[in-house]
Amino acid sequence: MLSNFSLEDAEAEALGQDLSQIIEYISQLDELDTEGIEPTYQVFEMENVWRDDEIKAQEADREALLALAPEAEDNQIKVPKVL
Amino acid sequence: MQIASKEVSATSLVKAALEKAKRCENYNIFISLNEEAALKKAQEIDEKIKKGENPGKLAGVPYALKDNFLSKDGNTTAASKILEPLKSPITATSVKKLEDEGAIMIGRVNMDAFAHGSSTENSYFGPTKNSKDEARVAGGSSGGSAVAVALDIVEFATGTDTGGSIRQPASFNGVYGFKPTYGAISRYGVVAMASSTDCVGFFAKSAEDIDLLMSIAAGQDPYDLTTLPNYYETSEVKDVKKVGIIKDFDVKGEIKEALEKEVEDLKAKGIEIVELEMPTLKYALAVYYIVVPAEISSNLSRYDGIRYGYRNKDAKSLDEVYGKSRSDGFMPENKRRIMIGNFVLSSGFYDAYYLKAQKARTLIIKEYEKAFSKCDFILSPVTPNPAFKLGEKTSDPVSMYLEDVMSVPINLAGLPSLAFPVSETKDGLSLGLQLIGPRRSDKSLLDFAERRLK
Repeated sequence: MLSNFSLEDAEAEALGQDLSQIIEYISQLDELDTEGIEPTYQVFEMENVWRDDEIKAQEADREALLALAPEAEDNQIKVPKVL
Repeated sequence: MQIASKEVSATSLVKAALEKAKRCENYNIFISLNEEAALKKAQEIDEKIKKGENPGKLAGVPYALKDNFLSKDGNTTAASKILEPLKSPITATSVKKLEDEGAIMIGRVNMDAFAHGSSTENSYFGPTKNSKDEARVAGGSSGGSAVAVALDIVEFATGTDTGGSIRQPASFNGVYGFKPTYGAISRYGVVAMASSTDCVGFFAKSAEDIDLLMSIAAGQDPYDLTTLPNYYETSEVKDVKKVGIIKDFDVKGEIKEALEKEVEDLKAKGIEIVELEMPTLKYALAVYYIVVPAEISSNLSRYDGIRYGYRNKDAKSLDEVYGKSRSDGFMPENKRRIMIGNFVLSSGFYDAYYLKAQKARTLIIKEYEKAFSKCDFILSPVTPNPAFKLGEKTSDPVSMYLEDVMSVPINLAGLPSLAFPVSETKDGLSLGLQLIGPRRSDKSLLDFAERRLK
């Protein structure tokens, strides 16, 4: 559900088998003692990098971005009815 | 590399490259050619040369662009269906820098879709074939880039390396492939895979050519906040005295012989060889296949069939737009990685997998720091085996992953590494090794390779 795929049964089954194998492989990490070790999320330990809160001209404007949408109308991207 | 001049025109260089690209069609290297725009640009450069203006450091040099770079020239596919080739309104910073120096993109090259893979077989456009043996894989994910340089179609090619995607195909095809320090080159305009390890880098025929490309492409970019202030040009070249080799890797056969020969050559040149014990590296592959899918599942959630790219025409509800577009648009390996990523990040498994892996990553980084206190660089194989046969590993994802066991650890630590060709197997397949350095030692690595590894 999280991944948002509509899978046919055969494909889901094949994927399920592959995923079990992969999870089995990555589970070997259980052996490694990581007690008291801090996690690394970014190799240079960068955290928030700020920039000035100013609007700058962008390479792609609104029209160019809207033109990429599979369906658009009146300056908006169109999707099937939700409600 | 051959730069355009009064004697050799940019037009002649570009025409020759395009002709060669067409002659090599059977290798399935190019997803699209950029013929018209390339010839137009070559003409402009020839005009500049005629007028005595500066045409740039890469004037008229034909190159191949991995198809996960956005640029206004041509359409980007990332070798997938879901981008339904994207006509990009922006150009990647790295591409802009190369083109500002006169380099000319002659075409976009094949890869594993979204750079997920080690063979270029996971492409929506079919596999690229190895330059030495058409029954074998090009390597991946930047397979098209490696083969385009190996067959001498172009002087250089761009690549991305998240876990070996430049070094492994370079090694499978007998060319140089460089993965710089994390953050050396802007990722702006490159299709994201795993943001904490993705690196832009190059394929070329010498370390000297890569040095030139690095001097042009490296540097801070306000559009990629992880880029480092430019250290490349200003960094001092080290006097290398000690090279380490890793005892813990299980190296066999002709790759072992190639490594031993290189070690003897280095000793003969007065380099001291240091044996390193790095017991945590064997867990790097498991760490990689947790951290990277986690980042993939997040980065690839943007492909929703709504804002750009492919949308399934039969989808009636919003849920169907997401589900059907994503099911049609991604390759099986993309789906595996997205699902693994969502699994390791889900609340019940987060601590056991994702958090555990990020802690193990710290241990791997520390192990490299310790290693570099004992030696200047590390010499290692890139892969356990030379290029494998097409189809040999496609039905067994874990066996495909195991090919990355020697390349992924450096990405987790953000280190630079140069894959360089050393010899061939008795069957004529390319053998390469990699030279790994501490962060920001890129220039020294390339200098050492140019002066000492030849």
